[in-house]
Amino acid sequence: MSIQTGSAWVDGSGSRLAKYNFLRSINWGRFAVLAVPSVWLAIFFFIPFLVVFKISLSETAIAVPPYTSLLEWDLEEAYVNLKINLGNYLFLFEDTFYLDAYLSSVKIASISTFLTLIVAFPIAYLIARSSPSRRALLLSLVILPFWTSFLLRVYAWMGFLKKNGLVNETLLGLGIIDQPLTMLQTDFAVYIGIVYTYLPFMVLPLYSALEKMDMTLLEAAEDLGAKPAISFFLITVPMALPGIIAGCLLVFIPAVGEFVIPALLGGSDTLMIGRVLWDEFFLNRDWPMASAVAIVMLIVLVLPIMLIRNSQGKEEAV
Amino acid sequence: MTSSPMINQQDGAEPVANTSLPLWKQDGAEPFLRIENVTKKFGEFTAVDNISLDIYKNELFCLLGGSGSGKSTLLRMLAGFEAPTSGRILIDGVDMAGIQPWKRPVNMMFQSYALFPHLSVEENVAFGLKREGVARSEVKQRVAQMLDMVQLGHLGKRKPHQLSGGQRQRVALARSLVKRPKLLLLDEPLGALDKKLREETQFELINIQEELGVTFVVVTHDQEEAMTLATRIGVMNHGVIVQTAEPHDVYEYPNSRFVAEFIGSVNLFEGKVVEDEPDFVRIKSKEAGGHLYVNHGISCAPNQKVHVALRPEKIRIGKTNPGQKENCIKGIVEEIAYMGSLSVFRVRLESGKEVRVTQPNFARDMGERLTWNDEVFLSWDVDSSVVLTA
Repeated sequence: MSIQTGSAWVDGSGSRLAKYNFLRSINWGRFAVLAVPSVWLAIFFFIPFLVVFKISLSETAIAVPPYTSLLEWDLEEAYVNLKINLGNYLFLFEDTFYLDAYLSSVKIASISTFLTLIVAFPIAYLIARSSPSRRALLLSLVILPFWTSFLLRVYAWMGFLKKNGLVNETLLGLGIIDQPLTMLQTDFAVYIGIVYTYLPFMVLPLYSALEKMDMTLLEAAEDLGAKPAISFFLITVPMALPGIIAGCLLVFIPAVGEFVIPALLGGSDTLMIGRVLWDEFFLNRDWPMASAVAIVMLIVLVLPIMLIRNSQGKEEAV
Repeated sequence: MTSSPMINQQDGAEPVANTSLPLWKQDGAEPFLRIENVTKKFGEFTAVDNISLDIYKNELFCLLGGSGSGKSTLLRMLAGFEAPTSGRILIDGVDMAGIQPWKRPVNMMFQSYALFPHLSVEENVAFGLKREGVARSEVKQRVAQMLDMVQLGHLGKRKPHQLSGGQRQRVALARSLVKRPKLLLLDEPLGALDKKLREETQFELINIQEELGVTFVVVTHDQEEAMTLATRIGVMNHGVIVQTAEPHDVYEYPNSRFVAEFIGSVNLFEGKVVEDEPDFVRIKSKEAGGHLYVNHGISCAPNQKVHVALRPEKIRIGKTNPGQKENCIKGIVEEIAYMGSLSVFRVRLESGKEVRVTQPNFARDMGERLTWNDEVFLSWDVDSSVVLTA
């Protein structure tokens, strides 16, 4: 997006300053600011993406690296042979296992995104409404878990949720249950893990949207006859919508491809594409297949996001 | 003084049947809004201090005061956003205690307008009607009618951020009037408009108020706004209403130094009462350099320190001695400001006191033109000044 606006600007000033030297008409400071992230993205995202895409079009081979090369040539025989293998992609659609894994990932990510939203909204609302001096403290508390490794925190949840873990011990001790509950290695544990891990990514954008909201709008709604619950849905939620969208994207995208949480907290029947990718890559050593899975996952994720962003941009332009 | 604060209207001697009198002057008239000994405390701070006030149907009542005078807090209590610490608020005879804002027969126009930014002008105005469960066709018709009244019929589809300040103000007004409230509260309704637009809108507001017969309570810090809009003004200071009176009376008969100084400009002479008769008082003032004669009696202790308030436009200024026995003092012109329609003079008295005098510029060329350092005589009529004991 930012690159687009940048080029639009260059065009605009270019025509205005047409009589000047082209080089002088470029704002070099602005150019540098845009160039740094562009180069970064090109080196660490776009080129690796092309490499992965290339691998996905090859075949497995018992070699190092374990795939065939697309291009074969022999200068003496004077031939160049380009061999593109679409079999990996076809197989993705033929074997329902992959489709199930994609759907199951999207389902788990959707449910946990929704749960995160439900948990994060009251937190963000409370922080946005507290006094400015307390806000800083509360916000730093939200970010505090990042000081500990993500992996350690997921292991801690294993300790909480296992058969003789803290939760079961407490419930048994209080006499609420008489048999320990099976929580670890279920989808339930995966939801808890994702909600817990990604909560700050939801709270922060929600907070920034709610903090900007003018509280007199709620008074105006009440004054016009709306009960607090109604003004919440008619005023607060629409005002927080940019934050809701940003937060949901920030949680949903990594949750779809999540590997660590389902591997540690989920059971053998928790099917997620991140795990499939891992297994394909490290257990089967089928790099081309793993690459195809990754490419499709990227497309599945990027397309809807681009559509959302596009429609948002149009709405703002009106 | 025609009225003073907290006079109980029902305690009048005999009921007057004269219906041409405004309601607040009729004895036994039923107030529409009754504020009874209302106090509001925020912790240690008393924002509103034991206020009692009656407002009558079809009034356009202005609460006038500086920032922190408690006027907005009082308004928010009427709307139901704050609960009084003690005291009662009755609207049309119904005690409002415990009645939530969304159930009150009251609408408010907010200082910031508080238009819903995600809704169009039409949707903003329709918001209140939809909450009431009014039929869709009626909502449409009433919204259109209201927008026509505020001359915004053609902008119904726009969003608030696409409107000018004046247009937003009118959307806010339409939104607060569309539910036909019995009582409309306006918080600095014209504060955000520029001077010219403000004057136009003032008269529009009065027209709308007369047309719809709604009782308005307006909060403002702008004395000019209060003077033009109000049927009556309540001047507030430090959480109390200092004076409640019609605009004319607030200006001509202020009951305290605060009111005299807050509304318009005034010359105050400090002095001691030397003669106190039922129909006149004579006050010895060192500042004025002599005796001041006022043709109304006051109730005060002998030798009490008082102030005589004199509006700048009520003073005559001239080089020749008008030969007046009372209320004539000498001074030297120190500064002149020509303002087109009138001239403002600053005259230094012998005591060192500075007096402000304004004169309308009757003729293009005044024969006797005053200049700096001219010795002048200031004179005024015996009924031009007011004695203030508070």
